[in-house]
Amino acid sequence: MSAPSNGSGSRNAGRPAADFGGIALNLAGIVVGVALWWVLTAGGAVGLPPPPDVARKFVELVGNGQLATDIMSSLARVLAGFLLGVTLAVPVGFVMGWYKVARSLIEPYLQFFRMIPPLAIIPLAIVTMGIDETPKIFVIFLASFLAAVVATYQGVISVDRTLINAARVLGAGDLVIFLRVVVPASVPFILVGVRIGLGSAWATLVAAELIAAQTGLGFRMQQAQLYYDLPTIFVSLITIGTLGLAMDRVLLAVERRLTDWQERV
Amino acid sequence: MQPKIVFSNVTRRFDLAGNEFVALDRFSLDVADGEFVTVVGPSGCGKSTALNIAAGLLAPSEGEVLIDGKGVDGPGPERGMIFQQYALFPWLTVRQNVEFGLRIKGEPAARRRETAEHFIDLVGLGHFADALPKMLSGGMKQRCAIARAYAVNPSVLLMDEPFGALDALTRVQLQDQLLETWSRERRTVMFITHDVDEAVYLANRVVVMAARPGRLQEIIEVNLPYPRTEQIRLSPEFTAIRNRVWHAVYHQH
Repeated sequence: MSAPSNGSGSRNAGRPAADFGGIALNLAGIVVGVALWWVLTAGGAVGLPPPPDVARKFVELVGNGQLATDIMSSLARVLAGFLLGVTLAVPVGFVMGWYKVARSLIEPYLQFFRMIPPLAIIPLAIVTMGIDETPKIFVIFLASFLAAVVATYQGVISVDRTLINAARVLGAGDLVIFLRVVVPASVPFILVGVRIGLGSAWATLVAAELIAAQTGLGFRMQQAQLYYDLPTIFVSLITIGTLGLAMDRVLLAVERRLTDWQERV
Repeated sequence: MQPKIVFSNVTRRFDLAGNEFVALDRFSLDVADGEFVTVVGPSGCGKSTALNIAAGLLAPSEGEVLIDGKGVDGPGPERGMIFQQYALFPWLTVRQNVEFGLRIKGEPAARRRETAEHFIDLVGLGHFADALPKMLSGGMKQRCAIARAYAVNPSVLLMDEPFGALDALTRVQLQDQLLETWSRERRTVMFITHDVDEAVYLANRVVVMAARPGRLQEIIEVNLPYPRTEQIRLSPEFTAIRNRVWHAVYHQH
């Protein structure tokens, strides 16, 4: 059975979390990394803030509520754009995979817009949509839509013909085949697309905030840059990475659950 | 008595990069109700094409296939099909796979479950009813596919090299099991294989086909009693028929 490989961790499918040795090594790697960072910055040689400065800044930003505000406004943007993008991408991907005519009509646009980095749309979006939330959400929407739509329609066109024939000889019509064969068979592809979509949504968000925003993690870094406030930049970067990782892990767990039926090699 | 399946001068042409290719040339065959017919032949002899046309998955270029005197127009649940690649829905359990066709028919849940249970037990998968296909061996998958085909109560079973992907030992076991199932739940079976022994062991009649163009070569009667046993498999009578089929397959003009 062909299915997209989901990159990390497919080897231990079925019983994640059981790999304590691996987790211990992960933690050890992090500790060593932070220690190295500490050693390198302790003498001020590299010009970067040492971990205690960053930790102090972190406590300060949490204490005065600024970090929470930034996280909320960034997350609100990314989730709004991402959910809109994926919600539209899945039906469009199905239509493209199922109807050849639709595929031929839509595909040129898709391939074309995929070649334009979403950030390049920002100037246009700001001019036409103003400087409030709309252009940022739109750009994130575009990024996640493009990533997810391609994966979905790839999933639909690669459904095993034999499965469709098996359903037909069991008496299934087109609608039943679509709902009971094509949709479940495409789920692994769609979920990979959703994960890629979330990744590009997150990447686009921060860049969009760097360019045009009054709140958010990207905006905070932009401000900190003006005042040479390196600890704040560090706190923002670490927060961005941690949140992205957390969202990806959640999706990975969902993916594992929904595609547990796959034969993994 | 009216034959169950009638192939009447069935021709199928394919267009291969501008070249016309005749996959099946004026193929005619009558299969009696309740008969077990096997079809053997070299690759390219059109045996799968003939089966797919009977299943309604492929339209003939000329001629027609009649089931109970009615022309085939698309697939239908009265003709069950078994595929070499099992074609189980991997996201459904054994039970859900077997219930798939019944669900489409709109049967109530209790009846569905009862029917599925019956056929799952019949193929010996009772302990695996709630397992996903990925937990099953190849032989078990094919037994599940056979139960799924039986569950919608087809009068004809079309089997496309169903045991072709299995090891020799499992294949022999499944042959016996299929005959056992067939003797208890009699259906008309058209069974495609490239294994001469398998063709003879299972069939009332062996249909030998030839390639380029795909056509009927010879029909060989298998006058051996059912139930077929190991004794029959090792008997001189079996060997004699097997040799006849072998010659028909491997020494074609």
